[in-house]
Amino acid sequence: MHIFKNTNYDFLRWRWQALAVSWIIILAGIYVIATKGIPKGVEFAGGTVVITQFEQQTSVQQVRDALDRNYPGGGQNVVVQSYGAAAERMVMVRVHSAGAEAGQSLSGTKDTVVTALQKAGIGGFRVVGTEIVGPTVGAELTSKGIWATVLSLVGILIYLAFRFQFSFGVGAVVATIHDLLITLAFLAFFRYDMSLNVIAAILTMTGFSTNDTIVIFDRIRENLRSMRRDSMEHVINVSVNQTLGRTVITSGTALLTALALFFFGGEVLHGFAFTMVVGIITGTYSSVFIAAATVSFWRGSAPTRAAAHAPSMPAAQPPAPQQPTRKTKAQRKARAS
Amino acid sequence: MANIRWKLITIVVVFVVFAGVGVYPILAARKGIQSPGWLMDKQLKLGLDLKGGVHLELRVQTDDALRLETDTETERLREELTKRNIAFTNLVAPDVTHFRVEGVPPAQDAAFRAAANEVSANFDRAPGSNGTYVFTMKPNIQQQLRDEAVVQARETLERRVNELGVTEPSISQQGTDQILVQLPGVTDVERAKAIMGSPGLLELKIVERQAATREELLVNGQVPAGMEIVPGAGGTGNAATTTYYLVRKVAAVTGRDLRNARPSLDENNQPAVSFTLSNEGGRKFGNVTGENMGRQLAIILDGRVQSAPAIQGRITTDGRITGSFTNEEVNNLSLILRSGALPAKLDYLSERTIGPSLGADSIRSGATASIVGLLLIVVFMLIYYRFSGINAVVALIFNLVILLGLMAYIGAVMTLPGIAGFVLTMGIGVDSNVLIFERIKEEMEAGRSARQSINAGFSRVFWTLFDTHIAALISAAFLFNFGTGPIRGFAVTLALGLASNLFTSIFVSKTLFELELSTRGHGATLSI
Repeated sequence: MHIFKNTNYDFLRWRWQALAVSWIIILAGIYVIATKGIPKGVEFAGGTVVITQFEQQTSVQQVRDALDRNYPGGGQNVVVQSYGAAAERMVMVRVHSAGAEAGQSLSGTKDTVVTALQKAGIGGFRVVGTEIVGPTVGAELTSKGIWATVLSLVGILIYLAFRFQFSFGVGAVVATIHDLLITLAFLAFFRYDMSLNVIAAILTMTGFSTNDTIVIFDRIRENLRSMRRDSMEHVINVSVNQTLGRTVITSGTALLTALALFFFGGEVLHGFAFTMVVGIITGTYSSVFIAAATVSFWRGSAPTRAAAHAPSMPAAQPPAPQQPTRKTKAQRKARAS
Repeated sequence: MANIRWKLITIVVVFVVFAGVGVYPILAARKGIQSPGWLMDKQLKLGLDLKGGVHLELRVQTDDALRLETDTETERLREELTKRNIAFTNLVAPDVTHFRVEGVPPAQDAAFRAAANEVSANFDRAPGSNGTYVFTMKPNIQQQLRDEAVVQARETLERRVNELGVTEPSISQQGTDQILVQLPGVTDVERAKAIMGSPGLLELKIVERQAATREELLVNGQVPAGMEIVPGAGGTGNAATTTYYLVRKVAAVTGRDLRNARPSLDENNQPAVSFTLSNEGGRKFGNVTGENMGRQLAIILDGRVQSAPAIQGRITTDGRITGSFTNEEVNNLSLILRSGALPAKLDYLSERTIGPSLGADSIRSGATASIVGLLLIVVFMLIYYRFSGINAVVALIFNLVILLGLMAYIGAVMTLPGIAGFVLTMGIGVDSNVLIFERIKEEMEAGRSARQSINAGFSRVFWTLFDTHIAALISAAFLFNFGTGPIRGFAVTLALGLASNLFTSIFVSKTLFELELSTRGHGATLSI
């Protein structure tokens, strides 16, 4: 089977339109973040989460009413959600505060929530999980998360600059930053909580979104040696077309597993899986439209001869002859299938 | 042919070893098959988020250790100055790293310097006006004391947790002054916290006077030099009945002189804690009790006088702490005293408990996602690459088996994000096969034979794969550095998955192609 056989799309022609679409999404994301903020999970914002399992079916509304009546200051600062499968009868209560950090008082808010629920008499329940985070941890995690992402990007830039040319490193990192912003925008649109798992997914995405880019860059480097008379733009277009099939398939397989996680991985991994799904899709798009275009922009469209001093691949063999025009009947048939 | 045989033997051996370490113990444990202990010991460990348990982040208030040092030196200087008859008007410690002497007469300046040199080697001395000297703790000593406090706190917590009987606890330092405690299987957080966070500082001090209020004990509105006021535990915590004690600041003996502590009963058959002092402690205690016959001895626990019995006779090694304790309190207290005092107070920064049922839910959904992910990939590869798809699927399963085996072997912990890493490894692992297969297709279309195409496919793609794997490893490394607990589990799973994928997608997959070609003649075609 073969998808995208001997295609000849002029990807670079569409780079400005692609860039415009990306900017619209990113600006919309910035607007949402600026107006509504990034919803932060309890690890970052601090606070108290209590997960309770009721003996009888208890609705979220019942729990909310119970807290309205019995929680000091009413239930307006309390988030109540059902948790996990309905059959488990679990309800998550989240309060944006925790007890003081000094000594043993951190769990004070949790105790208040549990007492409020007990007083309400809405049936027996057990506390099956709690998460209580003071302000120190949240502040530290935020700065650590930002640093980890920035350093990871710098690490990739240095590695690619070392293995390819600097312009390729720039292209890959610009594409990755693009993916990061798009993913953040989608997280903001869909109001996913920024949690440790989501940060993990974002960092993973920065590593993997360069994969497709590296495949395309490798092909550009290979083609630069055989297509010395052609313009950089042409070489890039040919390379993107030649690798289009594998770009789509490799992202497709990764997407399949990310979707499996999204639909079957359970409550805790939901944000993680969503981030991966968005990251994989935008990663594919950006390797084609952003990474390659950035290289082209950085290098200009001068003939490639001047730039053909690319460091040679170790163990590289003479490139395969380029035969984009010679099509057999069998190949045409395959294309149709 | 011989070459292929050796490669196949290598692959089979690797598979059997990793399956034995990584997969067999899991299945054996589930099905209840009796297996040798050395094999089961290596079983893949589950993280707290899957097994259930308590996860606590604590901060050591290292200032306490500095305050103790400053207070001790202040008192030593006071004693030394009194002994040498050097006059001063005031001696105070305004904060944790400084103390100040005021009003040393100019005539005694040289004598003062000599005395100060004797006692305060850890402090820098700066003279001020009117016979004032400010002592500042040396920065390296400050650092050393802080570091020691964190290490001691960690060790004390380890002893306490071990006494609690938790299996496979994990207590580690993170950052400069934080300690991460993971207690798998523990559900009684409050008891665990009470035992870990209790300072456990036992001091026995001679009582000078006692009174109903703090004010009555003051002399000229001040606490007398070398003394301190300690509140009593006050029966059942009723503030109205609290007694205050004026005691000597220097303790006769402390918890450090303890050899053992155990629950017992007092003369009224109420729960109490009996303790035994070490030989050195017993000697000190004997001297103090001998000299202070008839006076009261305050038994102070964490800054509260539990009881203040009169000294009836010389006591050397054995004593008893009485108060209004419950049986559980007595058990906890003996445990805490046995494991030693914390060098500083602890703050709880975060607390996470996962009930076993939540963990089981996570394992279930993780397993479902893994199976669905695997099926999707297998079906896709078989449809798209036909016979070569089998090659990719074999390589993929190899990859997963090696990954589980590696994790079990190095004792890595499987967490819920780790399962996510496992599922992603499937989707990303086959990418290597896809890249190789696509290249082979391309080479065949360029008119090369199957054998040439396979060789070219693998050698050309190798460096691409190398680069993509390194890039992914770079982000996994930063992820490991950033995260704790579950996230680290994810980073480890991801990194090991990348490493084993490089082996399976290149070595295993190529050997399978060679095997396929060797069974057929020259000019064979490839189903790809």
